[in-house]
Amino acid sequence: MKTGYEKIYERPDTLLSTRMHYCPGCMHAIVHKLIAELIDEMKLQEKTVGVCPVGCSVFAYDYIDIDWQEAAHGRAAALATAIKRMLPDRLVFSYQGDGDLAAIGTAETIHACNRGEQFTFIFINNAIYGMTGGQMAPTTLEGMKTTTSPYGRLAKTAGMPLKMCELVSQFDGVAFAQRVSCNNPANVRRTKKAIQRAFEIQQQGLGTTFVEVVSNCPSNWKCTPEVSLQKVKEEMLPYFPLGVYKEPRS
Amino acid sequence: MGDIKFMKGNEALAEAAIRAGMQGYFGYPITPQSEVVEYLALQEPKHDFVLVQAESEVASINMVYGAAGAGARTMTTTSSPGFSLMQEGMSYIACAELPCVVVNVVRGGPGLGTIQPGQGDYFQAVKGGGHGDYRLIVLAPNSVQEMADHTMLAFDLADQYRNPVLILSDGAIGQIMEKVELPDPVTTKIEKPWASTGKTPDRPRNVITSLYIKPEDMEQKNIELQAKYRKIEASEVRFEEYLLDDAEVVIMAYGVTSRICKKVVDLGREKGVKMGLLRPITLWPFPVERVAQLAAQERVRMFVTAEMNAGQMVEDVRLAANGRKPVYSTGRMGGILPTPEEILDFSLQHMK
Repeated sequence: MKTGYEKIYERPDTLLSTRMHYCPGCMHAIVHKLIAELIDEMKLQEKTVGVCPVGCSVFAYDYIDIDWQEAAHGRAAALATAIKRMLPDRLVFSYQGDGDLAAIGTAETIHACNRGEQFTFIFINNAIYGMTGGQMAPTTLEGMKTTTSPYGRLAKTAGMPLKMCELVSQFDGVAFAQRVSCNNPANVRRTKKAIQRAFEIQQQGLGTTFVEVVSNCPSNWKCTPEVSLQKVKEEMLPYFPLGVYKEPRS
Repeated sequence: MGDIKFMKGNEALAEAAIRAGMQGYFGYPITPQSEVVEYLALQEPKHDFVLVQAESEVASINMVYGAAGAGARTMTTTSSPGFSLMQEGMSYIACAELPCVVVNVVRGGPGLGTIQPGQGDYFQAVKGGGHGDYRLIVLAPNSVQEMADHTMLAFDLADQYRNPVLILSDGAIGQIMEKVELPDPVTTKIEKPWASTGKTPDRPRNVITSLYIKPEDMEQKNIELQAKYRKIEASEVRFEEYLLDDAEVVIMAYGVTSRICKKVVDLGREKGVKMGLLRPITLWPFPVERVAQLAAQERVRMFVTAEMNAGQMVEDVRLAANGRKPVYSTGRMGGILPTPEEILDFSLQHMK
């Protein structure tokens, strides 16, 4: 065994060693890791309850070693509302994709934000239904080809992609909304900071916190992970600009 | 003597829920059950429970899921169209084995229907209105007193079996005012080590889920659920009898219709017809054995079911009677209460 190496990083304790089912290059794995790192660093394992969605991250509870509840498709915000109301001293977050949060669960999302429910939304926006095999999502870009928009999304019939950060930042109940991405190392660090900020603001009880991660889907975008990162930069980010959309009132 | 009040059925139910130690109520207004959420909203500042008026019944049942998964005693109430919206959640709750109380103050349907009392949701209640194989424990109160008593019982049964309990009331029982002796408040808390409340070092993480992606695991879950349902069938059948000892005609009815049928029995006996009433209190588990015993008795000539629907419980009575005696179905639809005379005339005609 070689010696003389200095350990500078290891798997966070809260991230289980279970082999993930995510496709190569998928950002879910990065966001999971960031959440696990934060739970370790902020010593929150005993205080955290997560809500899994229906979508690619449906098995998140197999990867992050915290208590979880598995919601029906679109209902994570309703569960998170009740969990936080019943256990107000816990850290509660929902982890949801675009179909879950912005299509079938739009009503639950908007009303939880409007009531200022004190939990954190972690919203993974990859502009497609990943688990069901690449159908059009509410955030699919105009002209983007999916299995249910094989000739490209038409704004005339499908509308334009929903901009959730812009939408939820309108509500008084929302204390913090930021859009981030994990398409390069600097943005990964910004994503971690955004989630940390959201968790801290939740702990201060200032209102709903919302972090949108502009993500990728190499498998259903039908490209390599490398090309998917280019597409995030060149196609997704111009329509979904990164930045802080809502800050707590000082 | 306990605390005696003159209350609406819906109010008695709401007050009993507080006394049962309900920690979270999530609901959406709909006639004829809105008094429940209105009463609770008035009482909320005086008690230690959380009340959220949800954006829809879809949200309220999923809030119940979240609260139950967090270990709380929790309840939602609704009426027929709202209960239809909750069916997705009922299936998830049943599979995740979360204890909770759901109340359907039934009105006439189908569709938007009428706001008058109905019993058309029987199938939905006892056969499972959502997807997959699951059962709810279904209680059918027929008085304001039972609205209170069944609420206390429902919370206990839900916790005992980790199963959703449905109180299937109707617009008449929800709206009428009667004397009620309110139950004493519950003070003991039930331990729920399975609840998802934050992982402590002494245990593996708790995951509340109804997802079993491997078919072998899903089958095993079903086997466990079915074993629980058999246990409930063996232990929790409840019914009331009225003048059945010498009855030749067995009337069967539940909820408000059972009150009308008591009168039918009295009127029939005045005319010299030996009638009796078998009133299921639990619609699931159904009093199958009692019906079968009666069907096997020589003196029993027939069963008559009276319901405010096109005939739903009659199917369970026929299954239990198993062809040994004829089972006739009568009643009214559309939110109309049948009169005792209507039910009596129907019964007498079938005796000829």
